[in-house]
Amino acid sequence: MKAVLRLAALSAWSRRLTLGLTLVAIALAVTLLLAVERLRVDARQSFTQSVSGVDLVVGARTGSVQLMLYAVFHAGAASNGISWDSYRAIATHPAVDWALPLALGDSHRGFPVLGTSVDYFRLFRHGEREALQFAAGQPFTGTFEAVLGSEVARRLGYRTGDTITLNHGLGELGPAHGDKPFRVAGILAATGTPVDRTVHVSLEAISALHLDWIGGAPVPGLVIPTEHVAKFDLQPKQITAALVGLKQRGDVFRMQRFVNQYRGEPLLAVLPGVALDELWQNIAMMERTLLTVSALVVLVGLAGLAATLLAGLNERRRELAILRALGAEPGDIFLMLTAEGVLVTTAGALLGLVLLTIGSGLAAPWLLDRLGVVLGTRWPGREELALVGAVIATGLIASLIPGWRAWRMSLADGLTPKL
Amino acid sequence: MTALRITNLVFRWPRQAASCLDIPRFELAAGERVFLHGASGSGKSTLLGLLGGVAVPQAGRIELLGTDITRLSSRTRDRFRADHIGFLFQQFNLLPWLPAIDNVLLPCTFSARRRERAGADPRAEAERMLRHLDLDTTNWRKPAGELSVGQQQRVAAARALIGRPEILIADEPTSALDAERQQVFIDLLLQESAAVGAALIFVSHDQRLAGHFDRSVALHDISLAAPERKE
Repeated sequence: MKAVLRLAALSAWSRRLTLGLTLVAIALAVTLLLAVERLRVDARQSFTQSVSGVDLVVGARTGSVQLMLYAVFHAGAASNGISWDSYRAIATHPAVDWALPLALGDSHRGFPVLGTSVDYFRLFRHGEREALQFAAGQPFTGTFEAVLGSEVARRLGYRTGDTITLNHGLGELGPAHGDKPFRVAGILAATGTPVDRTVHVSLEAISALHLDWIGGAPVPGLVIPTEHVAKFDLQPKQITAALVGLKQRGDVFRMQRFVNQYRGEPLLAVLPGVALDELWQNIAMMERTLLTVSALVVLVGLAGLAATLLAGLNERRRELAILRALGAEPGDIFLMLTAEGVLVTTAGALLGLVLLTIGSGLAAPWLLDRLGVVLGTRWPGREELALVGAVIATGLIASLIPGWRAWRMSLADGLTPKL
Repeated sequence: MTALRITNLVFRWPRQAASCLDIPRFELAAGERVFLHGASGSGKSTLLGLLGGVAVPQAGRIELLGTDITRLSSRTRDRFRADHIGFLFQQFNLLPWLPAIDNVLLPCTFSARRRERAGADPRAEAERMLRHLDLDTTNWRKPAGELSVGQQQRVAAARALIGRPEILIADEPTSALDAERQQVFIDLLLQESAAVGAALIFVSHDQRLAGHFDRSVALHDISLAAPERKE
């Protein structure tokens, strides 16, 4: 059997151009399939890791998925805010252990700016309940100080003590808050979450930036210089959303009802896990479609393999007859053809894994930048290997067809193939 | 011992009314060298298939070296063929992508008996045979497909003879050679089969080649089913 497999390998090598093209087709199909799967898993992982230990996310009444997207992932814009009074009412509720206000809407060179309280650095948790760590510096203390996420600092080359200015709105081309520069007070360690892409400032800073603004634009002729800002009341009137931690998790539905039925204004409280489930359900259909399409592409590749082997069979009738004359059994011929197909499939699948590793390494920075999704550069996981296994198993089944045909042929031809 | 004894052999292809072969009796002594001729379509290839054990007759016995191969299982027949028969075909005899010397060694990979009979080092034996058959050393490791037709036939002869099979079956092995080389090759084949002590059945439609054989037989003389020669 070893000798037969060696002959199969040598024979395949002699037809390396045709088989090589088939192999590349299979490899690309496998890459596509694995890329879709990896993107799916890593997107979930990224989202799930982004928030930990938060019992409720509170915002203006909107869709729960939308609230999660802008409050936690800083993706998209909030249609409405919640008033400071409402926030205080929730934060001081007896069931509430802690609350973090979030004010969004400004940006710095494409990175979102988050106004929050200094408690954020102490209370916020991500991943497996991990706290934020400072890679350099410390939390902001003054109004015009900022704390950068690791990705912001890395990409833009900032260090503590540098000066940055913010933009109004989320685009890179929004009107500038150039008159009020910020000093970088600290830089956070990498977390693999949207925190890495965020510029953190105090709530007071957000108010101060907009003192001389009305309705999203600077008031002409009104300029309040930095040194005079302190004279104003910088207590914010409105924030975008709030993260809430409870003393007892059992109170979560009571608290949710309290927020949802709050009389002051229409509010919404969502459980992060429930909202994420809803998000997954929304995109599950798309994921399934993508996976199905890429699985079909793999099937096309394997059908191509079977077709190539079948087409080559006619030219190889003489070869198979010679092997029969030398003592090869029909089973050996069957094994030779099937082994060739499995060999090509396996090599294609492995090449696909290599391409995936290279490709995900190249695409990872772009994905993090544009979508905030952390794409892992890692060895293939169990589910990816299961997919590769399924591809090879399907390749085996596809290879049985030419194997069976060669077996029939060698029985019918005997020692003198009809050419 | 006889190398081959055929008794009351009848073979008919599936879905055909007339018998293709009907041979009451045919014998070949050990080491005997027979020229078997017959027109195309007279059933030569079918007879070779039966001798090789890849087809089974509807009736009769085919005894090779005293064993009735029609009674063996298909697997045992395949093994018997690999162990005791060397085959030599018209052209395209070799695996074109395999080096010449590895083509010669192929019978030794399929048959342990041929490997043992090829001596302690089959590769050295293959080299000895190629040298003896006058194939230049530089061609030994070339893929067989790159050799000339004449060179390929000599490699094929070495392959058929390695491991000293008791029976050598040659099916029109000279059809691709020019007249001069035909006779040289046949002499070489007769000499080599005598050297390993193999009985030789040389099949051809060209009766002019019959000269140097021990015996010449027409298929239509031994088979009742074969059509009369049209000449």
